[in-house]
Amino acid sequence: MKLPAIVHKFSSPKNFYTMSGKMIPWFMWSFLITLFAGLYYGLFVAPPDYQQGESYRIMYIHVPAAWMSMFIYMVMAISASVGLIWRIKTADLMASVSAPIGAAFTFLALVTGSLWGKPMWGTYWVWDARLTSELILLFLYLGFIALQAAIEDPRNAARAGAVLLIVGVVNIPIIHYSVEWWSTLHQGATVGKFDKPSMHISMLIPLLVMATSFKLYYAASVLMRARGEILRREQNTRWVKEVVENESK
Amino acid sequence: MSPSEFFHMGGYAVYVWSSYGLALVLLGWVLISPVFTKKSIIKELKMKYRQQERQRQEDSR
Repeated sequence: MKLPAIVHKFSSPKNFYTMSGKMIPWFMWSFLITLFAGLYYGLFVAPPDYQQGESYRIMYIHVPAAWMSMFIYMVMAISASVGLIWRIKTADLMASVSAPIGAAFTFLALVTGSLWGKPMWGTYWVWDARLTSELILLFLYLGFIALQAAIEDPRNAARAGAVLLIVGVVNIPIIHYSVEWWSTLHQGATVGKFDKPSMHISMLIPLLVMATSFKLYYAASVLMRARGEILRREQNTRWVKEVVENESK
Repeated sequence: MSPSEFFHMGGYAVYVWSSYGLALVLLGWVLISPVFTKKSIIKELKMKYRQQERQRQEDSR
């Protein structure tokens, strides 16, 4: 299957560089606005939990971070596949610059989960299915980052990375369904796609606002990383030369 | 709710605030660091281009 020429033109590194420069401020501002709204509602407005008291407020970091850890992995796997099939440089680039952000969210989900587990379960860590599969996700991210760093040529690095990412996708449904397939300490999903969430609206709204905020954070953050990396990868083109020379000291 | 009550977090202050603190530091760093990376790439490339320019001038002489 061939992509229409417009897609290739639109996704050219030069066009991507220009467009992303215009988009970053929008993402950044909407991120900050949703962040402050989410923190305000999550920390001040939402009532304490009837079982967990105030400790449940960790959820407003933990759950969106865990969602992002899986979301970013899927974005990487999809864009690496697009790069592999249609040889779109910017798709490879998106996969490679997303990795540190995904790894950071995975680490954050694990640590905040641990900090929530201690007062609620009485332990920082337990080798149950949800926690272990999330830890494997962190290793997948770190493996991908190491692989990218080990291969000099960006095309070969992208190809090898894509294979790793695609194979690792198997871990995503395992993380998601782990709480149903195995008996685990971790609680089940309280926000489902098809049924009514088993959480009160006053607690749910800040959660969804924080989740939106984290998505916007990712958008701003990944584009900022991509712009630097584009300059490095395209350094032998005339347009990068012009961009660099026009950049003030 | 008084400020001290708020920071106390019903006795869970250590867990709640370390979670929020870590999020702030980690996500803050991940967001800011590419600014420095891009600056250093630009500096590097400027030097490289200047060197190439000098090389070209020497060659043409």
